[in-house]
Amino acid sequence: MAVLTAEEGLLEVPGGWDLREVEQFLYREARLADENDYDAWEALWTDDALYWVPAGAADIDPVAQVSIIYDNRNRIATRMKQVRTGKRYAQAPPSNLRRIVGNVELLGGRANAAGGIDLEVGANFLAFESRQRGNELWGGRTTYRLRRVDGAIRLVYKKVVLVDHDKAIPTMAFLI
Amino acid sequence: MTAVLDELIHPDKVHGSLYTDPQIFAEELRKIWYTTWVFVGHESEVPQPNDYVRKRLGLQDVIMTRDAAGEVHLLLNRCAHRGNQVCDDAQGNSSSFRCPYHGWTYRNTGELLGYPYNQGYGGKGKLELGMGRVPRVASYGGFVFGSFAADGPTLVEHLGAAAGEIDRLVALSPESRVELNAGWLAHKTKANWKLLAENETDGYHPQFVHGSIFGVTGSPIGALYSDNSTAVTRNLGGGHSENDLRPEFRKFAEPMRWFGTTEDRVPEYGAAMRALHGPDAERIMIEGAPHVMIFPNLFIAEIQVFNIQPVSAGECIQYSTAVQLAGAPELNRRMISQSIGSVGPAGMLLADDTEMYERNQRGVEILDPEWLDVRRGLHREQVDENGFTIGTATDETGMRGFWAHYKTLMEA
Repeated sequence: MAVLTAEEGLLEVPGGWDLREVEQFLYREARLADENDYDAWEALWTDDALYWVPAGAADIDPVAQVSIIYDNRNRIATRMKQVRTGKRYAQAPPSNLRRIVGNVELLGGRANAAGGIDLEVGANFLAFESRQRGNELWGGRTTYRLRRVDGAIRLVYKKVVLVDHDKAIPTMAFLI
Repeated sequence: MTAVLDELIHPDKVHGSLYTDPQIFAEELRKIWYTTWVFVGHESEVPQPNDYVRKRLGLQDVIMTRDAAGEVHLLLNRCAHRGNQVCDDAQGNSSSFRCPYHGWTYRNTGELLGYPYNQGYGGKGKLELGMGRVPRVASYGGFVFGSFAADGPTLVEHLGAAAGEIDRLVALSPESRVELNAGWLAHKTKANWKLLAENETDGYHPQFVHGSIFGVTGSPIGALYSDNSTAVTRNLGGGHSENDLRPEFRKFAEPMRWFGTTEDRVPEYGAAMRALHGPDAERIMIEGAPHVMIFPNLFIAEIQVFNIQPVSAGECIQYSTAVQLAGAPELNRRMISQSIGSVGPAGMLLADDTEMYERNQRGVEILDPEWLDVRRGLHREQVDENGFTIGTATDETGMRGFWAHYKTLMEA
């Protein structure tokens, strides 16, 4: 599979999207992740979801190379079921978290398999994680794809490129 | 050191300071990491002439290179002039390296090629200098090991019975070749490296640490490590140990059950294996991949490979990747996908193991009780038909083998 760089295949920003509304959605997604609200966070995703945290480089072939996370909708569900058991020890007790999402840009449109155009959004983040192990500062660049389904914004795709993607990183079992 | 170790390491318990004492860690670097054979990487990471990849060996920054003639070297990443770092890129292809500080250049064998303004040294070719090299480099099944000891046991002698476990993995490739070319996840772990080495063939923990993921996925793995399992924990000697799951898979006698599938779902693989191995293919596909900890830092967990490297008494890095079997595309993609789900900093298995390592590390700082207990199954150990000590699936036979070898090396 050819690896698409961020700009390839990107269409013009589709109509009907307002930056403030998009930002409100990103902030809500961030808050649900910070507060470990697994049900509400999982409900944001569409059925063709992809949640991806590459390792080693920002643009690897996720089929041929290992990533830190490469979850389709089924695997997101498995991840959430595991953590809800309360015995996912890497998140039991859960991390205390707060993150800032900023530099939000509407990047363009991305054709989807159903024939529609999803909105592609870029943003930076800084997340502060506190656990008994110690505190961690996580930073990175997120690419989101959003779709309006029955009037509500839903999350189709979230790719998180950590600033530390080419280094050894500690356990990252919270929702990044 | 001998008297101290006799006090700290007993057949049924080991002292907490072994995991926390910086002096012991310094001694381990000298007597283990910079003496014995240590796993560094795999030949498939440098497939072409002049390929190179940066690696760690203990605390050393090492460049694994393949020279123009095809030979693999482990170079120490410092300039012979002023100690500057020579190679910056994580990987690449180059016949030479150039130090950015004063422009000294080295062939990818470590040989000094040149230095600018050479009259300052009386002309060209006047210096008997080069990049440092790990003196002994050897590979087995493509797994590359380095030893800083100029003399000592050969790699094959070091591996001993564990070599047969690498053979089992290689036999699962229809082209008799394992590749580790899917990249590595690097997982920083605030725990002593020995807690990881001990855990890798600890069959007692999976039902507890991994119960959450076994439960939600309906995984049959947990049962392999139950009280009723016929699997055995084997001390392979030399500090190596395995969880031998073959007795369980032989009971079912279903090819590819070990991989969670059936042969008819991977027909091209099955056909290629039968063409290569003949009647033996059935057994090989029933018995599956090894679960073996090779002292001190290579862990083959069926479809994943781990490279453990120490940082300090209280920290190490786990590098993990997916096994790729040459000639088995039907299996390889799935092994990558399963590895992403299981291992690394967000893995649904290994992040929980790592939480346990870090909890253990905090625990061993606590003063009382001073000991970690490793006696589980000591009273029911047996010797198998090949003379190896074995315990049940959940016994601490592997840990005891680890400590016996550790003590031998540290007393040397």
